[in-house]
Amino acid sequence: MSAAAPLAPPLDVERLRADFPILRQKVNGRPLVYLDNGASSQRPLAVIDAERNYAETMHANVHRGVHTLSQRATDAFEAARERVRHFINARSVREVVFTKGTTESINLVAHSFLRPRVQPGDEVLISWLEHHANIVPWQMACEATGAVLKVTPIDRRGELDLDAFQSLLSDRTRLVAMTHVSNALGTVLPVRQIVALAHARGVPVLLDGAQAVPHFALDMQALDCDFYAFSGHKLYGPDGIGVLYGRERLLDAMPPWQGGGDMILSVSFSGTTYNQLPFKFEAGTPHMSGAVGLAAAIDYVDAVGLERIAAWERTLLEYATERLTAIEGLTIIGTARDKASLVSFVLDGVHPHDIGTILDQAGVAIRTGHHCAMPAIEFFGVPATARASFAFYNTRDEVDRLVAAVTAARDMFR
Amino acid sequence: MDLKDLYRDVILDHNKRPRNFGRLEPPAFSARGHNPLCGDQLTVYAVMDGDVVSDVRFDGSGCAISVASASMMTEAVKGRTRAEAEHLYAAIHDLLTRADAPSPPELGKLAALGGVREFPARVKCASLCWHTLQAALQGAAVPVTTE
Repeated sequence: MSAAAPLAPPLDVERLRADFPILRQKVNGRPLVYLDNGASSQRPLAVIDAERNYAETMHANVHRGVHTLSQRATDAFEAARERVRHFINARSVREVVFTKGTTESINLVAHSFLRPRVQPGDEVLISWLEHHANIVPWQMACEATGAVLKVTPIDRRGELDLDAFQSLLSDRTRLVAMTHVSNALGTVLPVRQIVALAHARGVPVLLDGAQAVPHFALDMQALDCDFYAFSGHKLYGPDGIGVLYGRERLLDAMPPWQGGGDMILSVSFSGTTYNQLPFKFEAGTPHMSGAVGLAAAIDYVDAVGLERIAAWERTLLEYATERLTAIEGLTIIGTARDKASLVSFVLDGVHPHDIGTILDQAGVAIRTGHHCAMPAIEFFGVPATARASFAFYNTRDEVDRLVAAVTAARDMFR
Repeated sequence: MDLKDLYRDVILDHNKRPRNFGRLEPPAFSARGHNPLCGDQLTVYAVMDGDVVSDVRFDGSGCAISVASASMMTEAVKGRTRAEAEHLYAAIHDLLTRADAPSPPELGKLAALGGVREFPARVKCASLCWHTLQAALQGAAVPVTTE
C-alpha cells in the first residue's frame, strides 16, 4: 500500500474509509462509529505497512553502526525527520526534535528552556483552555523556581479573551504557552495574534498543536512561534512518537534535558561534549519505527489534502451541531465562532458517563469526562461532558447514528 | 449485554430521586470519594450510635450508577452495625467483580447492581460510595480515589 492517490474534490469518504482496517468491525453488534479522534485517531494501512516494512527490512539502531541495516535505519529515520520538517515548513531539520509525544515536547521546553531562565516572580502565561499537559509542566517549573503561572480567561463561548491576554503580558512574562486548538471545546485560538502580541513584548511562544495538526496545514515560518508541540497518534500515525519544533537559536542555547547515548559527541570522566541539534535532545535509542510511521501518515494526509480534509470536517461539524442542537435538553459546551471538528455537550438528567456507555452499546465511541482539561470544563459549571470528535473518514450517516444513540439515552432516563 | 441489565428500573429510580441525599454536620464522620476518570465526586456522612450506623447520607455529583449505588447503600446500611456494613461491602464487591458470585439474600435491592459486572468500565462507579463509606467509618482524613 502506498499513500492514498490524490482525489478530485470533494473527498471520496467511502473509498478513504477502506484504507482504515480498524473501521471495518462491529462493536457490540453494530458497525463501529469511531468519534473519539480527538483522543487518538486511527491508522491507515499505509502507516501500518510502513512500520511493518521498517521492522521487516531495515531495523537496527540508528546513528551507530557501520553495517548496512544500521545505515538503512538511520536513513529512514532521518528521512522521516526531513518529511516532518517539510510538513511544518521548518527552516531546518535541526529544528525538528523527535519525542514521545506532545506531553514530552512540552516538558522538554519547561525543563530546558524555562527553568534556567526564570527568577522568582517571573511569569508564565497560559490560558483557561489548556490540556493538563500544558498546565502541569509549567506548575512544576514554577514550583521549582518561584515563577508564577498566569491564566488568560475565556468567555462563555469558550473563546480566549485577547484583551485580557494583552494586559496579562507583562515585563515579567518569560513564556506564553497556549493551545492552538482546545481539546475539550474545539476552540481554534487566534495564534497569529497571540504570537504577534507576545513578540511585540519580546516574549517567546510555545503552541500546543496536538489538536491542530490533523486539521490544518502548518507553516512554522509563517506562524513564527518559537516552539510547537504535537503527537503522531492524533495525525493518523503511531502512538509513542511526537515532535517538538523549536527555533534553532533557542534550541541551540538550551541545555540537554536527558543524558545518554546519541546526545553526546564525546564522553570522558572529566567532561562530556554534547551533540549538535537536534540529537542533543534525543538521548537514547529513539522510536525509529514510530518516526517512519509518522512520515507515512504525513504522506497519507498530504495525499488526501489538508484543505479538503478541513472542508469535509467543517461540513460534519455543521451537520452534527445542527442535529445535536435539535435534541431537547442537549446543550453544546463550547460555541466558539472558529472551531475544529468536535462537539462537547451535556444532556439534562443524563450524566456524560452514562451517555458514553449507552452510545458504546450502540457501537458509537465517544469520549466522556473532563478530557484532561478540568479548568476548561469546570468553567462551564459542569463536572464532565460528552465529546464527539470527527475525522475526515467520518460520515453524515455516522452523525445520524450518534444523534439516534444520544436520543435513546435521553429517552431511557426520562 | 443488554443496557436494561445495567440501567434497571430500581437504579434509574434511585438516580432520579436519590434517598438520604444531603449532608450531616460534625461530629458525624465523613469522607470524600473521587473517581478521576469520570469526575464523580461523593461525600458520605455517617453518625455512629455505639457500634450502629444510626444515620448516613451522601451528597455530590456523579453518573447514574454511582448516584444510585450510593442511594441504595445508605438505605442498606442505616441501622446496621459496623460489622454488618463491612459484610455488605464484601458481598457487593463480590457481586461487582466475580462472575460466579452468589447473590446473598441480605443484599436485597442492592442485587440490582449485579448488571454492572458486565460493564467493567463502570464497576468503579458502583464501588466508589462503598470505598468512601469505609473511609468515613475509619475516620480517614485523606480523600479516597478509585484510581
